[in-house]
Amino acid sequence: MRRPERADSDPGEVLLEARDLTKHFPVRGHSLVGGRQVLRAVEGVSLAVRAGETLGVVGESGCGKSTLGRCLVRLTDVTSGTVSFQGRDITRLSRRQLRPVRRDLQLVFQDPYASLNPRRRVGDILSEPMQIHGYGDRRAIARHVQELLEVVGLNASHVDRFPHEFSGGQRQRVGIARALAMNPKVIVADEPVSALDVSIQAQVLNLFLDLQDEFALTYVFIAHDLGVVRHVSSRIVVMYLGEVVETAVTDPLYDRPGHPSWVGVVQSAPDVEDEEVAPRERILLTGDVPNPVDKPSGCPFRTRCPYAQELCAREHPPLREVAPGRHVACHFPLVTPTGDVAQHALSAGGSGSAR
Amino acid sequence: MPESSLVRETVRGAGAAGPESLLDVRDLTVSFRTRQGVVRAVDGLSFSLAPGEVLGIVGESGSGKSVSVMSLLGLIRDPNARVEGQALFRGRDLVAMRDKDLRPLRGREIAMIFQDPMTAMTPVYTVGWQIAEQIRAHDDVSKRVAHERAVELLDEVGIPDPRRRVGDFPHEFSGGMRQRAVIAMALANNPSLLIADEPTTALDVTTQAQILDLMRRLRVEHGSSIILITHDMGVVSDIADQVLVMYAGRAAEQGPKKDVFHRPRHPYTWGLLDSVPRPRAERVRRLPTIPGSPASPLDVAPGCPFAPRCRMRHERCDERPELAGGPAHVDACWLPRDRRQELRREVVEAAVAEGDPGDLTEHGAPLDASTPPAPEQGP
Repeated sequence: MRRPERADSDPGEVLLEARDLTKHFPVRGHSLVGGRQVLRAVEGVSLAVRAGETLGVVGESGCGKSTLGRCLVRLTDVTSGTVSFQGRDITRLSRRQLRPVRRDLQLVFQDPYASLNPRRRVGDILSEPMQIHGYGDRRAIARHVQELLEVVGLNASHVDRFPHEFSGGQRQRVGIARALAMNPKVIVADEPVSALDVSIQAQVLNLFLDLQDEFALTYVFIAHDLGVVRHVSSRIVVMYLGEVVETAVTDPLYDRPGHPSWVGVVQSAPDVEDEEVAPRERILLTGDVPNPVDKPSGCPFRTRCPYAQELCAREHPPLREVAPGRHVACHFPLVTPTGDVAQHALSAGGSGSAR
Repeated sequence: MPESSLVRETVRGAGAAGPESLLDVRDLTVSFRTRQGVVRAVDGLSFSLAPGEVLGIVGESGSGKSVSVMSLLGLIRDPNARVEGQALFRGRDLVAMRDKDLRPLRGREIAMIFQDPMTAMTPVYTVGWQIAEQIRAHDDVSKRVAHERAVELLDEVGIPDPRRRVGDFPHEFSGGMRQRAVIAMALANNPSLLIADEPTTALDVTTQAQILDLMRRLRVEHGSSIILITHDMGVVSDIADQVLVMYAGRAAEQGPKKDVFHRPRHPYTWGLLDSVPRPRAERVRRLPTIPGSPASPLDVAPGCPFAPRCRMRHERCDERPELAGGPAHVDACWLPRDRRQELRREVVEAAVAEGDPGDLTEHGAPLDASTPPAPEQGP
C-alpha cells in the first residue's frame, strides 16, 4: 500500500530552502609544504523543502549529508550560499536573531545518549527549551512536559528519570519529545534510527509518521539505510561527495535510478528475499568514495562510474531535469525524458540496472 | 520432550558421522555469575556446520550471538564466566581445550573478524607488518616471504596498488579498505573456519556488497566455512546457507535459509522479517512492529523468553518450548505448526492496526480502506 505522495499531489509552500549551499572545512596538509587544504563537505547544494513533505537525504558516509543537515538548521556556519526559512534569509543571522527561528526548526540526532545531558532529569531536559522561549509559567511547562512524554509514547511518570535509565529506543523518544517541545514546523532528523535495534527502529519510524500526521510536521530525514529512507520519504535527495546527484519522488527513484552512483547503491543494498528468485544481476561499484579534500575533475563520480567517458573528466555535469520531476547530475543519465530506463543502461555495462 | 530429543538425535547423527561436519556445537551454555545471580547469556545452543557452508546467526543486542562464538575460541576471560557443552571442531572439543592447545588453532584454523576494523589492528605498525606477523606466528617462514605473502593477500582482497599500500598504517586506509585488510589478515593462514562478527555493519552498502562478495569468493576458492553474526536479515538472506535466529540466549528458530526466510515459523522471526523497511519492495503505510524491547539477559521470562513481546502469547507459553518440528528446520514455539503462515498474517494485521504499546499516540491516518492491509511484504 502506498502512502500518498503529498509533495506530488499538493505542493505545499516552501518552508526551508538552500541555494548553492557550500561548506568547506580547512584541513592541514599532509606534507610540510602542503599548506592549507580544504575539505569540500557540501558544494553548491540547492534544495527546497515543502510544507508537509518528508525530504529524504541519502548517500554514503562522507557524502556531506550530515553537514548539509547542520547547515540547514544553522548549527554550523556556511561558507557560501544561502539558507532561507519561510522566505527569510537566515544565513547570516546572529544567535539572538536566530532564536525565534529555532523554535520552528528543530534537530533530532543519531545518538540519543550523546545528545541528552546525562546529569539532568528528563523533565529538565524537556522544559529547558520552554523556559528559554518563554512558554509560560512553571505549571504550564510541567503540564506540557507530561503531554510531550505521552505523545512520544513514554510514561508521564518518567519525568524524574535520568537518560541512562532509559533504553536506546526510549532515549530517542526523549530526543524527539525535546524537538517537539516548541511546536516546530520543520524537524531535521540526522540518522535518528540507525543506532537502534531493528524491532525498536520500526517503533520509532512509526512514531515519526504518527507525529507528522498529528502535528502536520515537515521532515528532512537524513539516513544511509535505503529501506528506511524509502519508507519515510515522499521525495529524496541523493548526495555523492558533497553534491546532489539526483532528486526525485521516492518510488521512481528506487525503481528506475537515474544516476549511475545511485544505481550502484540501490543494487548493493541487501534485501530479504521472501521467495526463490534468480540471483540478481547487479553493478558492483568498485573502489571507495574519493577523498573530499582531493575531488576528481569534472563529475565527482567518474572514477567509479561504469559509463564514464572523456567528457565526464572535462566537464562537471549540472543537476538538470531529465524527466518530469527528476533531476540528475549526469552527462549520460540512466532514465529517458519519459522516465523509462535508458538504452545504455540496459546494454553491456549496466545490464543489471533494469530490474 | 520426546519430540525435541528426536530432533537432537537426528542432528547429532549427522554430527557424529564425523567428516561431514567441520564444527558441531552441542548444548553450548555460557553463564556469568553476577550480583543479581547467575545470568545465562547463551542457553543450550546447538548447531553444526559443514565445510564450505555459511551459517548466519541473527539477533538483536543481548541475544547472545557474539558471546556464543567468542566462547568457542576461548575468548571469554571473565573469571565469573562458565562455558558448558561441547563444540567439536574436526572432532576436538574446543570447550574442553586448554588455552595452550587452543592457541595454534586460533588465527590458523579458525580466524575471526570483528565489526570495527580499527580495533583489530594496532595503529603503530604498518598493515603489511601486521599481516606478516600473523603469518609468522603460525608458519616458520622468513620475513621476506611473509612480506611477499602480505602483498599477495592485500591484492587478493582487492586493495589497489598493494605493493605500495602494504607499507601504509591503518589510519591511512579507508573504512572499507581497513576491513579488507583485516580479512586479509584472517585469510593469511587459510583458515577452514572464519567467524565474522558484524563485519559490514560499519560500512556503506556499496562497500558492504564488496566485502560480502569477497566472503563468497573465499568459501568457493578456499572452501572455508563461515559463521556470520549480524542483525541484518538482508545480509543473511544474501549470503547464508543456514540460519540461526537467537533471542535471549536461545535459538528461536534455525534451519536452511530457504525454509527460515520463505516459511518462517517463530513469531520473533516474523517480527524481524516484517518490521524492517525494505529497499526493493512496495512501501507499507505502517511497519508491523514487535512491541517492547529486546529481553535483557538479566531478566529472561521463565517460559518462552519471547512471550512478553509476542502477540500470539497464550497459557502454554508459561512453559518453556523446546526446539522441534525438524529434522532440518526447527523452532521453539507452542503454536500449531500447520497454521503458522496464517497466524503470521494475523500478527501483521494486528500490529498494523493497533499501533504498538510503548507508542501511546493515537494511530494517525486511517488505513486506506480501498486496499486491504498488505500482510506480507512482497508479492
